Amino acid sequence: MNILFDERLDGELARRDKAEVLTDIQQAVPTLTLLHREEDLRPFECDGLAAYRVLPMLVALPENLEQVEALLKRCHALDVPVVTRGAGTGLSGGALPLEQGVLLVMSRFNKILSVDPDARLARVQPGVRNLAISEAAAPYGLYYAPDPSSQIACSIGGNVAENAGGVHCLKYGLTVHNVLRVDVLTIEGEHMTLGAESLDAPGFDLLALMNGSEGMLGVVTEITVNLLPKPETAKVLMASFDDVEKAGRAVGDIIAAGIIPGGLEMMDKLAIKAAEDFVKAGYPLDAEAILLCELDGVEADVDDDCETVRRVLEKAGATQIQQARDEAERAKFWAGRKNAFPAVGRMSPDYYCMDGTIPRRELPRVLKGIAALSEQSGLAVANVFHAGDGNMHPLILFDANKEGELALAEDVGGKILELCVAAGGSITGEHGVGREKINQMCSQFQADEISVFHALKAAFDPKRLLNPGKNIPTLARCAEFGAMHVHNNELPHPELPRF
Amino acid sequence: MTDLAIHAADCDISKRLCDQVRTAYETRTPLRIVGGDTRAFYGRPVEGQPLSMAEHNGIVSYDPVELVVTVRAGTRLSALQAALAEHHQMLPFEPPSFGEDSTIGGAVATGLSGPRRPWAGAARDFVLGTRVITQEGKLLRFGGEVMKNVAGYDLSRLMTGAQGTLGVLADISFKVLPIPTASHCLRLSMSLDDALGTLAKLGRQPLPITAAAWHAGELFIRLEGGTSSVKATQESLGGEPLEASFWASLRDHTHDFFNVNEGQALWRLSLPPNTAPLALDIPETDIFYDWGGSQRWVKTALDAQTLRAACQAAGGHATCYTPNAQGGASEPFTPLNAVLEKYHRNLKTQLDAHGIFNPGRLYAAF
Ligand SMILES: Cc1cc2nc3c(=O)[nH]c(=O)nc-3n(C[C@H](O)[C@H](O)[C@@H](O)COP(=O)(O)OP(=O)(O)OC[C@H]3O[C@@H](n4cnc5c(N)ncnc54)[C@H](O)[C@@H]3O)c2cc1C
Ligand SMILES: Cc1cc2nc3c(=O)[nH]c(=O)nc-3n(C[C@H](O)[C@H](O)[C@H](O)COP(=O)(O)OP(=O)(O)OC[C@H]3O[C@@H](n4cnc5c(N)ncnc54)[C@H](O)[C@@H]3O)c2cc1C
Repeated sequence: MNILFDERLDGELARRDKAEVLTDIQQAVPTLTLLHREEDLRPFECDGLAAYRVLPMLVALPENLEQVEALLKRCHALDVPVVTRGAGTGLSGGALPLEQGVLLVMSRFNKILSVDPDARLARVQPGVRNLAISEAAAPYGLYYAPDPSSQIACSIGGNVAENAGGVHCLKYGLTVHNVLRVDVLTIEGEHMTLGAESLDAPGFDLLALMNGSEGMLGVVTEITVNLLPKPETAKVLMASFDDVEKAGRAVGDIIAAGIIPGGLEMMDKLAIKAAEDFVKAGYPLDAEAILLCELDGVEADVDDDCETVRRVLEKAGATQIQQARDEAERAKFWAGRKNAFPAVGRMSPDYYCMDGTIPRRELPRVLKGIAALSEQSGLAVANVFHAGDGNMHPLILFDANKEGELALAEDVGGKILELCVAAGGSITGEHGVGREKINQMCSQFQADEISVFHALKAAFDPKRLLNPGKNIPTLARCAEFGAMHVHNNELPHPELPRF
Repeated sequence: MTDLAIHAADCDISKRLCDQVRTAYETRTPLRIVGGDTRAFYGRPVEGQPLSMAEHNGIVSYDPVELVVTVRAGTRLSALQAALAEHHQMLPFEPPSFGEDSTIGGAVATGLSGPRRPWAGAARDFVLGTRVITQEGKLLRFGGEVMKNVAGYDLSRLMTGAQGTLGVLADISFKVLPIPTASHCLRLSMSLDDALGTLAKLGRQPLPITAAAWHAGELFIRLEGGTSSVKATQESLGGEPLEASFWASLRDHTHDFFNVNEGQALWRLSLPPNTAPLALDIPETDIFYDWGGSQRWVKTALDAQTLRAACQAAGGHATCYTPNAQGGASEPFTPLNAVLEKYHRNLKTQLDAHGIFNPGRLYAAF
């Protein structure tokens, strides 16, 4: 599949002469840093989905809101599309540029505007790195809960746009649960505040709508996040299993025991090996799967919960259970998990990371389906899994230099996502649709549902200038893709109900 | 109630509801979506043909281990809560119930949350997915029954609190949580200033607090969590024990405070955490501080503009809960600024072109 913008399917874009657009914007916003030479544009040609690259027409690096506002107004007047970019760590091509578009890079908005420990709020600019917020809050014993594995690099603006999650989501929620207010500029250059520092705001919940909207509805210019007191203690148990399905069932057993762990992660044999080779986390190499279960809170409760979880794990057939003895060992256990992607990256020239979600009870079936796909295609798949909330990250190993392997990996990836949808899940839990999963949207949603999404988009951006071609496929694309689908409709589990 | 009793009333009338909506769309007839008719007082009056949800009733699926329940919108709140309680689970946002007939659809459409809100989250935070009847009478699915799902725009959360002005909620999926193992409620004699200071200090510590209110010289606190931490916090805070039902009376407005005098209106002020008492001419006894101070109930004859200006200056807003009372505000909800109003209108036009869904319920224009 070629995922680059295709006007035939994705809609026409206005043709503008690059030199004219450049002159126009330079004149309207003389202080704005605008890059236009090929060598300057090159570093911006892709995000974290590096297999796909496009040189944007122009790159804008604004430093203040007046510049963003003026730029948007000119682009709106000229019908020039705008793709917003944060730190460019996105894994779904959400910030993939357009040849005929301006790439609006928000990285210079990198100030923490205020931290109010008594109200437990921080006001930050969109280019601030996720981890920097927790660092700024740490002196007050507070932190910002959502912790994507990319947190040292990714921006909070990108987190809002993707509704990013992390290993602590089951207990502490996603970005949408931890953001109180965002300031937005519309494509017409109007300022709009969504949400408030109070716990609700009048009117529709546009704040919730903006979270996860992938830069399609507006440009996020400021964010107020909720801070939480750091738990008094956190303890982590590592359980080994000789069978992936047993590990999967143990996850449900822990929750059935009335416990909501701070983090509950699972890795399969290949992922364990990769992580162990890379960071020496102390993982058992003979296990088919491990579970990492972190319990956090007040010391006394955590000790009680550790006991309960230990009993549950034993009963579920764990072959070994280890509790991290101290903070250093806890950090080591987590380092393996948090570095799982780069670790797998060392085992194979390329890997392709999927992000499907499923009801946890479907885990054994879906894992079987993935194993079958891996066998059929000859491509190895390592499984890393936010087990607590049913978010899978199968990593498909391939070599892009081998003829046809990228296409094969994408094909396997697409089929894994269809398995997730068929199991009652979703094609993306946290990485977003972006450009990457644009076709799979057609298998998760019916045409009527997609039409409602287009109606929402039209309410904010009727000219379709913000990030065109991302997130929501056109019906033309679905018709084409759907037709292809019917033709080789060979889902591994045709007996599963479709939604 | 037993599972059997709940399922006895099960009924899926979504087809009929879709037909009714389609007809309304074709004939441009406004609809008044009716759940249990218990929140009639809330919001602006709606003129329209009733679209009755009450019969669309029953739990579609509930898997305690997944922490997910899907219910039809006409299901009684009390029936859902009873079914969850059998598995020691709950709706964490503690929806207020203004009567036995309150429906889950009405609770989500109004988006109101109880005392646990600042610690656990709001109604919308626990909505995972919905089936919605759109203006053309189509039953469509948004979100899902999984914890994480970022495919497409979050229509389910947009519908939460929209009071049925963007579409009809047919089925709703929620994330549910275990009922905490231990709980203890206490009251402490304390001035308002000391209470607000104490709450700010406690808020920075990882304590198992899940409700905090202040009224007439007393600070009320609920602790919920593990047995050990609740006991330890109880010992360190001291105070006198408090009936757990206190929180339900605050949530459902059955507490004596909510007897509003002639000439007064009941207002809800929503303010940033740690906002100092507003400089308004209201006796302390006519204010009830909930949500650790972020939600303040006020009985007053002051006019809407005065109240709203004070709230806005502090970064919050004010809602009138007795719009029909003498002294109540004809606009119960704080008016939107021009840009926000424009995008609200655009959304309404896109999702409800002929204005058939609860027209005028939120604001006169939509
Ligand atoms: C005597 C009397 C007085 C009245 N006074 C008023 C009044 O002062 N103000 C007023 O606004 N109305 C008034 N009404 C009209 C009517 O009661 C409400 O508008 C009614 O629609 C509110 O719903 P409810 O209380 O049944 O639903 P609740 O179940 O309490 O629902 C509250 C809100 O949610 C909406 N809703 C409920 N279920 C759904 C669903 N499944 N999908 C989408 N939206 C849903 C309702 O339309 C309403 O906006 C009155 C009616 C009577 C008979
Ligand atoms: C190794 C690795 C691990 C990762 N782990 C996780 C994880 O655990 N959980 C997770 O959720 N994600 C994870 N990600 C994905 C990624 O880091 C997140 O999606 C992150 O939120 C993207 O932020 P960014 O600033 O890099 O955004 P970008 O990649 O620059 O942009 C992402 C999207 O957001 C939009 N956008 C960016 N800024 C703005 C703005 N100011 N206003 C409007 N729209 C904007 C863009 O248009 C684009 O659609 C991981 C990525 C990598 C490389």
